[in-house]
Amino acid sequence: MQYLLMIYQNEVEYAKNDAATSQKMLAEYQAFTQGIVQSGNFKAGDRLQPTTTATTVRVRDGKTLTTDGPFAETREQLGGYYLVEAKDLNAAIEIAARIPSARIGSIEVRPIWVYDK
Amino acid sequence: MNPGEIDNIFRDEAGRALATLIRLVGDFDLAEDALQDAFAVALERWTVCELPDNPRAWLVNVARHKAIDRIRRQTVFRGKEQQLVHELELNAQAVDEPPAMLDDDMLRLIFTCCHPAFSPEVQVALTLRTICGLSTAQVARAFLVSEEAMAQRLVRAKQKIRLAGIPYEVPERDALAPRLDGVLAVVYLVFTEGYVATSGADLMRLDLAAEAIRLGRLLDRLMPGRAGIKGLLALMLLHDARRAGRANSAGDIVLLEEQDRTLWDRAQIEDGLRLVDDALRTPGRPQAYAVQAAIAALHARAPSFEETDWPQIAGLYEVLLRINPSPVIELNHAAAVSMVDGPARALDLVDAITARGGLNGYELLPAVRADLLRRLGRTQDAREAYVAATKATQLEPLRRLYARRMREMD
Repeated sequence: MQYLLMIYQNEVEYAKNDAATSQKMLAEYQAFTQGIVQSGNFKAGDRLQPTTTATTVRVRDGKTLTTDGPFAETREQLGGYYLVEAKDLNAAIEIAARIPSARIGSIEVRPIWVYDK
Repeated sequence: MNPGEIDNIFRDEAGRALATLIRLVGDFDLAEDALQDAFAVALERWTVCELPDNPRAWLVNVARHKAIDRIRRQTVFRGKEQQLVHELELNAQAVDEPPAMLDDDMLRLIFTCCHPAFSPEVQVALTLRTICGLSTAQVARAFLVSEEAMAQRLVRAKQKIRLAGIPYEVPERDALAPRLDGVLAVVYLVFTEGYVATSGADLMRLDLAAEAIRLGRLLDRLMPGRAGIKGLLALMLLHDARRAGRANSAGDIVLLEEQDRTLWDRAQIEDGLRLVDDALRTPGRPQAYAVQAAIAALHARAPSFEETDWPQIAGLYEVLLRINPSPVIELNHAAAVSMVDGPARALDLVDAITARGGLNGYELLPAVRADLLRRLGRTQDAREAYVAATKATQLEPLRRLYARRMREMD
């Protein structure tokens, strides 16, 4: 079996953490990730940029509609995900618009957090 | 040169200099900070020395060096930034690029600010701040929010450009038409807020209308021969040409039927009429803005309210309804029909739109109904509609207009 573990938290509160707290959290995440990599459970995982960077894509009557911000509809539930490589947001939106469910539901496009080396 | 004249140059060149700088340094914030640095140097130098031949190129050049300084000054000097400095230095000759490249920079900036991943309000705010060069305080005033709230909104938007990977480019052929529609919608939003403010003491905010016209002219120059752009520019010029007649010295609204047409700006009307003809003669599907401009042109050409070509105006609204059906246009169509077939026929149309619920919450609906009822002599119904119209608007001059109408019926 494969499972998707979805991490929900208050990003505004989290951003208020001081450097030491964030550092500690980051270290815990690294340890956890290493742990599940070693145990063979890990498939993929990433940190996401905050919801202020999100764009929601819908296709209605063959037209791609975009809205600023995250998906915020309680009548629909997360039903799957794709992790894609795209050269910019336009390319990501174009791919999102081709997902069949974009015609009936919504696709939230959110950039992956890239840590500086 | 005095600081006032230098300020005017900054105002004229800021948008275009920024557009090129963003491409060169690859970052909105860095480009903006570096341009501010360059303005400071210019303010010092131009007050004592002569103005350079090409102030924009000079500003871009100085700002580029300031950007390099800023990166160098950053405490942690990482490999990536070293590479950026290197690229910037390689771009040292870039300022002498052909004018077409620099025009493209301006279009890149316009299409980035009007990217559909931003809400319309954010698109307007980014456009006013970065392309028109308004200060954050001025943009905040346009939105009736605090400067702090607007600054926050702009910071978030620029952060989204960087983090979400919104590209700094002019859309390619397939994507261009819908994206250009989005840009025109932003320009028109700026204009309509200037033409009839949403709220406040003044009917018009001439600064915003002027900015929108400036944007329209810029787009027409950067992307020549496009009927949508020409139509929108014509529409804005023709509406704006009536500004001196639309309010009296007390700030009260003067209705179209009461306006002194000698106060209209004839030169601007001529300009608008030429553009409407250009727009309508451009091959391809008729553009909604061009048809709206054609309606404005009929008003501008009419020697008086009574001698206006109402049948043709009603016909053009029908064309518009086929291109771009919307309840607001249906309402305008009904108002034109009232001048051709009388208010009773128009009231039927308005009631039909209302019954479909298409105009729920549209603040001018009760005002149009009130006017039709008044002309039908249904005083009591008209009075109720004027009361509803007064409640629906936040704009003081409109409230005074409705009060005047009610007094006139006594």
